Amino acid sequence: MASSGSGYDLSASTFSPDGRIFQVEYASKAVNNAGTALGLKCRNGVVLCVEKPLLNKMLLPNSNRRIHTVDTHSGIAITGFVSDGRQIVNRAREECSNYEETYGTKVPPTVLGDRLAAYVHYFTLHGSLRPFGATALLASYDTETKEHCLQMIEPSGVSYKYFGCAAGKGRQPAKTELEKLDINKPDRGENIDVREGVKQLARIIHLLHEEGKDKPFELEMSWLCEESGWEHKGVPRDLIKEAVEWAKKDIAEAEESESEEDDDDDDDEEMNE
Amino acid sequence: MNYMNQQPQPYAQQAYQHDGKSAETRNLKPGELSTGTTIMAIPFKNGVVLGADSRVSTGTYVANRVSDKVAQLHDHIWCCRSGSAADTQALTDYVRHYLSQLAIETGRVPTVKTAAHLMRRLCYENKDKLMAGVIIGGWDPVEKGSVYNIPLGGTCIKMPFALGGSGSTYIYGLVDSLYKEGMGEEETKLLVKKAISHAMARDGSSGGIIRTVVVTEAGNEREYIPGNELPFGP
Repeated sequence: MASSGSGYDLSASTFSPDGRIFQVEYASKAVNNAGTALGLKCRNGVVLCVEKPLLNKMLLPNSNRRIHTVDTHSGIAITGFVSDGRQIVNRAREECSNYEETYGTKVPPTVLGDRLAAYVHYFTLHGSLRPFGATALLASYDTETKEHCLQMIEPSGVSYKYFGCAAGKGRQPAKTELEKLDINKPDRGENIDVREGVKQLARIIHLLHEEGKDKPFELEMSWLCEESGWEHKGVPRDLIKEAVEWAKKDIAEAEESESEEDDDDDDDEEMNE
Repeated sequence: MNYMNQQPQPYAQQAYQHDGKSAETRNLKPGELSTGTTIMAIPFKNGVVLGADSRVSTGTYVANRVSDKVAQLHDHIWCCRSGSAADTQALTDYVRHYLSQLAIETGRVPTVKTAAHLMRRLCYENKDKLMAGVIIGGWDPVEKGSVYNIPLGGTCIKMPFALGGSGSTYIYGLVDSLYKEGMGEEETKLLVKKAISHAMARDGSSGGIIRTVVVTEAGNEREYIPGNELPFGP
């Protein structure tokens, strides 16, 4: 739905007559043009995943990171303007080290998320500044209550906790796929396991990626789970490779079974005649 | 001190002269109140027992013989104060303020470790201007009962039991021999009372009554033992 700002969209400090701040909405549009980022809170950990379109054949593989470790117990995945995202990551690192210096413990996830949201929001209040064109997916672990947590901070400055979240180009179909997974059961013990989560996220990214249309891409994944000692680390390369192979196989099988179903329908029609 | 009769001396030598005053009292400004004191805190199975004497002195004059040297920092976090009364009161006020702000921001009970770190930051960053030795003790859901000793200078060490103040030097041997791990509430209270009485008997800057606070998950229990009912002493 293209809505023209016409005069009320020149600065973040101007409301439109119908109560919107267009600059903030345009910032979200900037995020929606970028590669998809997914986050999944599993039973025993959090997985983050970013699809990095390879814009240039000369790019060194595995450089140009999108997922950053902010403290031993926290990590952020960025999508949107990568340079804007770096500012958010740097601020998060300062907040973490500051908190630990003052209070002697790792910053609780809620506090970190709220502080980052407040920081991002600050830039939506001034006429001389522009909002961040980046969304941050924050995975972190509370060392005192022993609980892991996934939050998403959007350019408007809102921050919510999620079981599963998606941002970027493919977020709509990604959200549909995420809802199909077992991540929000009332009995948390039944929810998806982290290794399964890695495979499912790889599958979703590959599902969304259309061969001819989109550029070739790199997959960057990280996790924060029991297996990683509750430290934010990159998912081991061989595990990603396994997950991608499984994902491609699973997608191919799903397509085959769809085309088989079509054949069955034809047989039924002949019988009825 | 008669300045007229003294030879000019290098700074280092001046610093070591003590005229018989204790380490805690010689750096006080004239007229400043000292809590030259005995304080201790011992964690037990479900909480912590904190104890202190009650004498506040200016030189040889006892300014207050029933003072309260055990201050509350938060619901279940307490602090024993020794050194300059003014300095320790200011420090406890700051830490109390920061802890209450933190509790609101995080939405949870602050830990004893956090309180100790805040106190340590203040003591260390301002070590030139302060003379304060504190013991932080309390109960929190993460570590249960714990005790942190923050002596002059601003180190912060978690300890199985902590002693502080001028009177503590006289009772290290006693506490070392009587302390056992895994003591219950009553046993720990008795140990604290006994040790402080012994210190009060020998240290001129400690005396008055013994004040104790027992901190558990359920709450805090304040007690005091009047001077004529001390377990040991003249």
